[in-house]
Amino acid sequence: MKKIEVKKATKIFGKNPRRGLELLKKGLNKKEIKKKTDLNVGVSEASFHVEANEIFVIMGLSGSGKSTLVRLLNRLINPTSGTILIDGEDITRMNAEHLREVRRKKISMVFQGFALFPHRTILENTFFGLEIQGVDKKEQIERAHYSLSRVGLKGYEDSYPNQLSGGMQQRVGLARALASDTDILLMDEAFSALDPLIRREMQDQLLDLQSDMKKTIVFITHDLDEALRIGDRIALMRDGQIVQIGTPEEILMNPANDYVEHFVEDVDLSKVITAGHIMTRAEAVGNDRGARVALKLMNDNDISSIFVVDRSKKLLGVADADDAAAAIKAETPLSEIIKNVKSVQVNTHLSDLFDDISKSPLPLAVVDEQDRLLGLVRRGAIINALAGNTPLTKETEVQNL
Amino acid sequence: MSETFLPKIPIGHWADLLVQFITNHFEGFFGYIAAGIQSFVDSLVWLFAFMTPIVFILLLAAIAFWRRGIGVALFTLIGLILIYDLGYWGHAMQTFALVVTSVVLSIIIGLPLGILSGINKTFHRVLTPILDFMQTMPSFVYLIPAIFLFGTGMPPGVVATIVFAMPPTIRMTGLGIRQVPSDLIEASDAFGSTTWQKLFKVQIPIATPTIMAGVNQSIMLSLSMVVVASLVGAPGLGADVYLAVTSLRTDIGVEAGLAIVIIAIMLDRISQNTRNKKTGGS
Repeated sequence: MKKIEVKKATKIFGKNPRRGLELLKKGLNKKEIKKKTDLNVGVSEASFHVEANEIFVIMGLSGSGKSTLVRLLNRLINPTSGTILIDGEDITRMNAEHLREVRRKKISMVFQGFALFPHRTILENTFFGLEIQGVDKKEQIERAHYSLSRVGLKGYEDSYPNQLSGGMQQRVGLARALASDTDILLMDEAFSALDPLIRREMQDQLLDLQSDMKKTIVFITHDLDEALRIGDRIALMRDGQIVQIGTPEEILMNPANDYVEHFVEDVDLSKVITAGHIMTRAEAVGNDRGARVALKLMNDNDISSIFVVDRSKKLLGVADADDAAAAIKAETPLSEIIKNVKSVQVNTHLSDLFDDISKSPLPLAVVDEQDRLLGLVRRGAIINALAGNTPLTKETEVQNL
Repeated sequence: MSETFLPKIPIGHWADLLVQFITNHFEGFFGYIAAGIQSFVDSLVWLFAFMTPIVFILLLAAIAFWRRGIGVALFTLIGLILIYDLGYWGHAMQTFALVVTSVVLSIIIGLPLGILSGINKTFHRVLTPILDFMQTMPSFVYLIPAIFLFGTGMPPGVVATIVFAMPPTIRMTGLGIRQVPSDLIEASDAFGSTTWQKLFKVQIPIATPTIMAGVNQSIMLSLSMVVVASLVGAPGLGADVYLAVTSLRTDIGVEAGLAIVIIAIMLDRISQNTRNKKTGGS
């Protein structure tokens, strides 16, 4: 379902912005128009849609128009032309009252500089939106308490914003936006003012909250790593135009043009590529097959150890050739010689694999959330991936027993 | 004045005509205002007299203690007792009533104008030169039309005081409103505030320290006008100073002057911006 649909939205700053529309139609770009007139093109014919429950990241460098674009969505800035549909309703044509209603019930916003009210306590800040809506006082307080507890700020209700750290202040900003219980959340560089560790923590918290809130989130950032980490889809902006829209992988693997390519070339691959991307087929044997079968599979595949799984493909451990040979002599079942093996989740980033792989003499087993074996990761594959031979496009092979 | 290459532009004559026109056509209206001011001042003077000096002194000392603590409270206590001891209590209360009336009216008129100038750029542009005019035109000058319009005594004194003392309240209110960080305005809009909600829940509360600084200045300027106001017959300590100057009485001059200084310092300290530490900064 399309929650937000933007069609050819344009914002031109300056006197008589309509002049600029003509020039844009003639194919002039932002710089040329700036040279010719005193007009500043903020957003130029941006078109995209945001699905319900997705995190849509708009990313670009400063001056690319991303902050203007997000403000068009709740009309903090009036577009010069174009249509913006929120739940199918054109926000650009709404009267003041209707617009207020949409801002109260459908869209809330989190700001880069937190934008907390210094004269209000944390609790009062949190129920600001509800107070504006005229919600019953008791309910305001209840919902604000709930919202604060969701972001982990229980106990700070009576503090003032300047008594809190940056990360905590932005949690209040988030709680304030959540308290209104709107479907759509606009986040304008919400984590950019925070230091990297806190930023990471906030991203995790946002993903956590999103997994059970299922909001529609439009997230603005200038940080590609952040975009890749949290975005379901990413729109890249430059000079007011959207240059590419796609999933993180699509953007990395098939940059639409030199600009995007240049942008993504500095990406820390270890934070983008996951175990699932680089894993290869893992040989495995069912534990009810016995040591003989295990040894034969090892010999056939020229390997010295093999993963052992149960009937539901759940990883039990690893058996090596020497033990298997001994077990055949002693007539012991396969399950007795299984040794523990280090396993990692399929969506673990490479950066988090380094430690495990350096300690383990064997390849790492890659499993899904139910602990079922999917494949294995060898040291060589990690080094290969980091060297830029990115295997992202390759279909990942999944073990078929 | 000697002949110049230009014929003299009769600005003075025009001003004269304007005041005459207003006097002729709106005399009744200004009469009501004068009567209103007079009765407001009278009731204040009556109230102060009704309280008796002891109650008044203790009340102000208590307010000073609540607002600023023991130091200012002691100063208030000793200062007011000194004024009483010197025999200027009655006149001091008249001056006090004049200042309170002027400041209250300055706030009632100045606050909305200031808020409007903080929100509306055009209004701000129009208002600024008018405020400059009010503050720089020597205050004696507008005593003349004040007499025509409001007669003599307290009312023209109050009006002249307001004209001189109100601009800081307007300016600082406008400044305070304009200085509210734009992201807070955006936040308030983004949550669907109406203009009034934004004004009362965000802009005015955040501008309050600045507005209070303006009110404080208005109070101080009102006190600096009491001697000028006495020229049009406003009673009080100003009249004592005026009398002392015209009859060369150093003793009265120093005593009445000292009383004015005491009231000024006291009101300044009490009304000073005691920014709440908890909410300072952002």
